[in-house]
Amino acid sequence: MSKDIRIKKGMNINLVGAAEQTTSKAVLSNVYALNLNDFHGITPKMLVKQGAEVKAGEALFYNKNLENMLFVSPVSGELIEIERGARRRILTIKILADKTQSHLEHEKLDVDSASAQQIKTQLLKSGCWPFIKQRPYDVIANPDTTPKAIFVSGYVTAPLAADLDYVLQGKEAELQAAITALGKLTPGKVHVSVGKSRKSPLAGLNGIELHGVSGPHPAGLVGTQINRIDPINKGELVWTISPQDLVIIGELLLTGIYNPERIVALAGSSVKTPKYYKTKIGTEVSTFLYASGVNGENFRVINGDVLTGSKSSQDGFLGYYNNTVTAIPEGDDYDFFGWNRPIFNKISATRALTFSWLQPNKKYDLNTNTNGEHRAFVLTGQFEKVFPLDIYPMQLLKACMYKDLDEMEQLGLYEVAPEDFSITEFVDVSKQPHQQIIREGLDLLQKEIG
Amino acid sequence: MHDLKMKYKGKKMAPAINAFHTFLYTPDETTHSGSHVRGADDLKRTMNTVIMALVPVLLFSMFNAGYQHYSAINGFPENFSLMEHFITWDNLWIGLIKVLPLLAVSYGVGLLVEFIFAVIKGHEVEEGYLVTGILVPLIVPIDTPLWMLAVAVVFGVVIGKEVFGGTGMNILNPALTIRAFLFFAYPTWMSGDKVWVHEARERSEAILAGASNVDAISGETILGYLAQNNEAAMSAKYSVADMFYGFIPGSVGETPTLLILLGGLFLIFSKIASWRIMLSAVIGSLVMGLMFNGVVEQGWITETSKFYGLMNFDFWKHLIVGGLAFGIVYMATDPVTGAQTNRGKWIYGFLIGFISVMIRVFNPAYPEGVFLAILLMNVFAPTIDHYVIRGNVKRRMKRLQNAVIHPKDSDAQAAELKAETV
Repeated sequence: MSKDIRIKKGMNINLVGAAEQTTSKAVLSNVYALNLNDFHGITPKMLVKQGAEVKAGEALFYNKNLENMLFVSPVSGELIEIERGARRRILTIKILADKTQSHLEHEKLDVDSASAQQIKTQLLKSGCWPFIKQRPYDVIANPDTTPKAIFVSGYVTAPLAADLDYVLQGKEAELQAAITALGKLTPGKVHVSVGKSRKSPLAGLNGIELHGVSGPHPAGLVGTQINRIDPINKGELVWTISPQDLVIIGELLLTGIYNPERIVALAGSSVKTPKYYKTKIGTEVSTFLYASGVNGENFRVINGDVLTGSKSSQDGFLGYYNNTVTAIPEGDDYDFFGWNRPIFNKISATRALTFSWLQPNKKYDLNTNTNGEHRAFVLTGQFEKVFPLDIYPMQLLKACMYKDLDEMEQLGLYEVAPEDFSITEFVDVSKQPHQQIIREGLDLLQKEIG
Repeated sequence: MHDLKMKYKGKKMAPAINAFHTFLYTPDETTHSGSHVRGADDLKRTMNTVIMALVPVLLFSMFNAGYQHYSAINGFPENFSLMEHFITWDNLWIGLIKVLPLLAVSYGVGLLVEFIFAVIKGHEVEEGYLVTGILVPLIVPIDTPLWMLAVAVVFGVVIGKEVFGGTGMNILNPALTIRAFLFFAYPTWMSGDKVWVHEARERSEAILAGASNVDAISGETILGYLAQNNEAAMSAKYSVADMFYGFIPGSVGETPTLLILLGGLFLIFSKIASWRIMLSAVIGSLVMGLMFNGVVEQGWITETSKFYGLMNFDFWKHLIVGGLAFGIVYMATDPVTGAQTNRGKWIYGFLIGFISVMIRVFNPAYPEGVFLAILLMNVFAPTIDHYVIRGNVKRRMKRLQNAVIHPKDSDAQAAELKAETV
């Protein structure tokens, strides 16, 4: 019998422009790109040179610290550009796709009889390993370690994010293969959470501990669920993986082919007809963005949802982990006496002449304006109302800011990822960059303690 | 204005220009990292909400300044009517010439200090002083000389706030630091029965000097009467309703309990101030008041004791006289200097109420203790929080002790390698 988790603290951010549940096939992209910022903490070592021809699934680079961890090309084609930044750090790798695609084929693996080591090897060499992330530190998992449990969140509460119940339809076989394989990598359980109604294709899988989750955002974030189900202690590891990546892993195990295909939600108020597109990792966003039509010129394209995604450009590429692309208006305009006029068209966690509490289900059209300037932390108690983890959010943020390692550990930095602080970042009247503070804190802790 | 902001960008005066700009416009800043959308309210809106909750009190205090002044001269009107005796031009005039200058000096001097520090340190002018600036004139006696207030504001803002790093970093509530400075630096101006009503002091000095054409006026506060065990005189002059509505002498804006209560409810409703602190402070003061009432009932303190008057005062009336209500609603709830954890807020608030009434009764020089109690608890708030947070940390440690930590493969390999080399 599966258990139910009810999250009370939190806040839903209802935005206009949710994707309609119809899927179109996106136009094939000419150029595909891997953005190295997606792989936090990885130092890449290139395996192929500029101008080389690669097959889909062929390795482009490996992790300098773990040589068997390969990162592969999503398509076959010519490596046309390695874009570098300061100190020759690689930023993006671009591939010009062939007209006819050719795949690198791996041998199939029978997941039921394969050993943990075989599964690991298969995932590492096929380029599927980077889908698995670990906590603490929110980085790509180290294949030499064993997690105490693996968590998959199939419940979505983030604003405008792709509905997993919809995009996972018909993928049960792949999901099952991936779950069975991952189950062998941990002595603990594979925790899978779905919405309370259990309509998700994930609900019927074997070999999982199923949880029905309900509640406002961030109930759907895997960090919230870990904290409820089996919190991380110092020295422990858990792995997390998103369901759509399970599909790619599952397909690899079943067919031997790395097929980075995804159904992506295109959403946001700047999109005329928001809906779903079938496309591949690294594809040009413009291949489906303009197919849906856009409102105006001055909008921001976000790889991911509005709370945790990364800023992209209109000619950017779909990120490695993203199944949502959001376009919302830029808010680079002044607002006359914006700080004391009553506000009806924006969301607020307070009722200080802001009236979003009157209509909790109204959908808002928010832009990227910060609605105020960066200030020191002043108000207290506002984060606790939206932060469901058993952690003192403001104290932890402050510990990260003044870099007190002991305190960071004691207050529970091991348990969180930057995304867990996206909702506190949203409500903060002092407009502090919470996710950045936590990211820097995690990096420091990893560097010092490892 | 936008051009001016651009012109001064990166220059030394930029914070000052930006402060004016940001007063007029919400900036065009967009999100750079993390969440791409943000909540609608900023710190200015937060502070503005507190100010809105204070405006009724400020208006009342202006009329009350005049009302107390004329009533002290002519006696309190019989058949009191709000429109006829309270909201009058004469009363407002006294308020305008006495309260507005206090407000102007408080804001003028305080903001000047903030601007100077912002320019020196190159950070933005933060909004903290917007609330402090309106609180200060409301918690001082009406006849406080303006130069005195100016000195106190400079002291309060510099020592109370800027040396700690500005808004958000201070340990003591700046408004109360200003009040405490005035109290300890100029005690004769801050206590006694001659400071609470406009002109009371001048007149008594004139009489001492031999003038015979003026009547002495006295404006003893209710707590002052009680401290002198003179309850009869107090009850003859002021009814409980007077205390509740605020038609009594006292610091400029501390008297209208009704308006303060409404302001407090507004702050709780708008989720700006902590209801936990307010509620627990009320409970704390009631508990202390009840204990004193009990002491009197037991006969341990008799009428000959100098504490009798205040101890015998009905416990719930403590909330409607003096600055207790004002302090609880507007000062104790200061998020920066108060306790920051929810459980800590309960303890913090309770102790403020409790200690306020205790100091009020036992302070021989000055029968009021709210500002001292809040300052004291400001100092202890981090300690309270520390122990509350320890609770969370302990829970985590306990979980760790009971946890079976799976050995990492790499650890096992390291152990093997070590064994081989030995």
